[in-house]
Formats: sequence, C-alpha cells, structure tokens
Amino acid sequence: MKAMTGSGTLHLTFPSSPLSVRRALQTVVTDLQGFDLEERGTVELVLAEALNNVAEHAYGAEDRGWISLDCTKERDGLHFRIRDEGRPMPDGVAPMGDPAPLPEALEAMPEGGFGWFLIRDLSRDVCYSRQGDVNELTFRMRIGGTEAGL
Amino acid sequence: MEFSINASDGATIITVQAARIDAAVAIRFKDLMQNATDGLDGRIILDLTQVDFIDSSGLGAIVASMKQLQPGQKLELASLNTNVDKVFRLTRMDTVFPIHNDIRTAVSSHAG
Repeated sequence: MKAMTGSGTLHLTFPSSPLSVRRALQTVVTDLQGFDLEERGTVELVLAEALNNVAEHAYGAEDRGWISLDCTKERDGLHFRIRDEGRPMPDGVAPMGDPAPLPEALEAMPEGGFGWFLIRDLSRDVCYSRQGDVNELTFRMRIGGTEAGL
Repeated sequence: MEFSINASDGATIITVQAARIDAAVAIRFKDLMQNATDGLDGRIILDLTQVDFIDSSGLGAIVASMKQLQPGQKLELASLNTNVDKVFRLTRMDTVFPIHNDIRTAVSSHAG
C-alpha cells in the first residue's frame, strides 16, 4: 500500500468480504484527511456502494475473491479504478441506477436498488468494462476544491 | 452493533450503539430491530446520534424495519449526522420517515 499524500496515488488489494471492504474504506478515508468531512463522507459512500456491489454480486457471499482499488488525485478530482475477477455485469453494462418512484403502499417500498443511483448521482465519468476475466469500473469524484464545471 | 432501549413520554427510544449501519451489519440490524420492537406500541424513535456512516444496505435495513412493524407502531428517526442525512435526502427516504433534529425535539413532538 502506498499513501496517497505525496505520491498522489493509493493502491489497495483486499478480499471481497464485508469487513475487508469496511477496512479498505477506512484506509481511503484516513488518506483523505485534507478534505472536509462531507467530501470524505461522499467518497466513502460511493466507494462503499461500488465495492459492496462487487462483494455481493460479482463474487457473491459463497464465492470470495480479490478486489483491487486504485485512487489517483488529479486536477479534476479523485479518479478511482476498481477491478475484480468475479462475474461480469448483467448484459455487460453497469446499471443506470434511475431513482425508483416512491410507491404509495408501504409494502412496495424498495429495500435495495439505491446503490447504483447513489454512484451515478455522486460521481462522474462512470465506465464499466470487461477485460478477459476482469471487471473494471472507473469513475471520478469532483472534490478537493476542484474548479466548478470540470 | 448493540441497541439501548428507553421509554420516554409515550415513545420508545432505540439508540443505535454503532458508528456504522453498512453492508457488514445490515442483517444484524434488521434482526435487532425486530427483537427490539416486538410487543411495543406507538411511536418508536430510532436515535442515530452515534452513527456517522450509512450505505444503501443500511438504508435498506431501516426501510425493512419499517415494513416489519406491527399495527399501532410508528418508526421515526432522530439525530442524523450530515453524511447520514445526505443518504436519506438523495434517495428521498426523508419523505418516508419523520425525521427529528434531536431526541429532545423528537420526544416533545406530537406530530406523530
């Protein structure tokens, strides 16, 4: 693991268990001490959704594997790359994550499906590709005092 | 993750004693809520003072807890930190749950 401060990049590799994901998130957030609390919270949320998707869907609870995470600080924000060797996305594309309309009936309230909505809403340039046996998801988060409009 | 449970002025306050409601504890949270709310009547106020992070799995667990309530029970939320509040607003779940700034105003509120 390389600290992002100074070099501008952070690389982590960890198993696809919920507790390993949690530790990875804590490492990233600790590395972002220079950002304000809300920005760090937003990064943690988007990363949590993306990494939980890998753990729960690409691998699944019965099929653990490795997740690799790269974070690079650039002028237009933080760039993330997540790679795994789990199952590909259904139909080979990342979900659009449209917000579901709120139903009138309590029983129909959604308990899931918010993950991709949050990723799409809070990040930019989301790109998913399958390269051989590897899933790669990249996205950018416009934080850290970057100029508006970038 | 643990809960502490207190009765106050006709409401039951369930305080989540954990910093995170995330994918790692979502199922446990749902189970704890089922146990904690079993047999209660009226307003149930979930005190999130200690929670500084929630993800969509945690949010789903709170929605599931609301759906498994018994007749006569009502779930409200109190004391959401900035990052927790943001998740509720972005997903519009802030329109589904009554949300109070803190426990004191939650208990004195008779809006329920």
